Amino acid sequence: MALVDREPSRYLPDYDVQAPKQLHFSPYADNGGSVVAIAGDDFSIIAADTRLSAGFSIYTRKQEKLFTLSSNTVLGCSGCWCDTLTLTRVMAARMQMYEHEHHKTMATPAAAQMLSTMLYYKRFFPYYVSNILAGLDSEGKGVIYRYDPVGHCEKNYYVAGGSSGALLQPLLDNQVGYLNQENVEKVPITKEKALAIIKDVFTSAAERDIYTGDGIFIKIITKDGIATDFFELRRD
Amino acid sequence: MSSILVPDIPAPGFSFDLCQRNSLLEKKGYPAPKAQKTGTTIVAIVYKDGVILGADTRATEGNIVADKLCSKIHYLADNMYCCGAGTAADTEATTNMISSQLELHRLNTNRVVPVVTAAKMLSQMLFRYQGHIGAALIVGGVDNAGPHVYCIYPHGSCDSLQYTTMGSGSLAAMSVFESQWRPNMSEEEGKELVADAIRAGVFNDLGSGSSVDLCVIRKGSVDYLRPYEMSCKKGEKQGTYRYKRGTTAVLQKSVRPIIIEDEMIQRVDHESMDTSS
Repeated sequence: MALVDREPSRYLPDYDVQAPKQLHFSPYADNGGSVVAIAGDDFSIIAADTRLSAGFSIYTRKQEKLFTLSSNTVLGCSGCWCDTLTLTRVMAARMQMYEHEHHKTMATPAAAQMLSTMLYYKRFFPYYVSNILAGLDSEGKGVIYRYDPVGHCEKNYYVAGGSSGALLQPLLDNQVGYLNQENVEKVPITKEKALAIIKDVFTSAAERDIYTGDGIFIKIITKDGIATDFFELRRD
Repeated sequence: MSSILVPDIPAPGFSFDLCQRNSLLEKKGYPAPKAQKTGTTIVAIVYKDGVILGADTRATEGNIVADKLCSKIHYLADNMYCCGAGTAADTEATTNMISSQLELHRLNTNRVVPVVTAAKMLSQMLFRYQGHIGAALIVGGVDNAGPHVYCIYPHGSCDSLQYTTMGSGSLAAMSVFESQWRPNMSEEEGKELVADAIRAGVFNDLGSGSSVDLCVIRKGSVDYLRPYEMSCKKGEKQGTYRYKRGTTAVLQKSVRPIIIEDEMIQRVDHESMDTSS
């Protein structure tokens, strides 16, 4: 008889157990950031904040998250930054391949469809990116496409995405889409008003979302090309 | 037996009545709500004539700023204050509780309560709850032995220091102290150093923000500066967002007239207080 009884619950075998082992690997990071886009009759505006962060720390205050794919298409990305880099590089390469093959620039609706296909191709190991594509269609009208990480694509004319997407979308619904308003004249949005609303919604987001701040890069897409603007936000 | 005049005295300590129900709910897929955390920068230093405490004013719930102007420097006694980081409810409740015990202690002993007493009470209370009370505290004050700063962790460990920082912005703030703190600083130098440390947290840590609060404690006097400085200017709006009358939909309308049944005027004379007994 043993002098000290070993308690069974404390007994651990000192050899490897023949059982499946589960190891954890987390390939994704959330680097924050928000993207907002508004389209009008003859323009399309897309803006993204410039803060790149992880957890409670800031990686950089001046990171552009808008990628110019052609003279009338811009892609805005937020989420896992490494996935954004890979996705946009592949996207740019395929835009170039298309140009060489067909001797013309890919139109915005075609780029939108290609992005959806590229995202769904990675259905079971997706790019952890929330994408918003802004541009002009073949008639010169502004269009916005929004995506989920696995390739669902929806055409719209005003969209907010990223870490403050849920905060900003209702504001756009009300101010751009005239939702929940009675007796209001639903005039198509002008470029100046869209620009002011975009700056204001980011100012509001920077107040309440810790992952949005520092500044925003704005790209204004018209038939004359793409103009760039920068607007300061609070830095705390 | 309990009545309105003699109510039952509730059992001391926390109530664990709902633990069983909550674990059942969690199993059924209703997770417990998250407590508000103050991802925070709090600091304190000893200077020539006393101590200076500092704090930012942001409270967060996940990635959302829950409070832009919350107060993180809590009153303990007339000669000592306490900065709190961690779960907002825990820092508030813990400092309130210890504050009342310190007042009783002061009335019992009839002398200025030493700062070490408060620090010991806090660390013993936090140790008793094994870190489940998520309060990271900095106690600062001046007693008969001079100025003191204590740093208390949620599990109950306690350090006596000349300068210290806590919270998610503690590393940013400590880098300022490590490079610039000196013994016997003047009050102006000390205030600017503490504000600099908080600013480091405000700008470099996402859990801290908005403005800087300071509390200067000298022998016999306290300056509670709130806010000492608004670190970030709020962005200015480009457009106006006023709605025209009639924009909100009226779903239902009902008018109920007030029916006057009787009208009566009663004059009430001013009555002096009864002081006969």
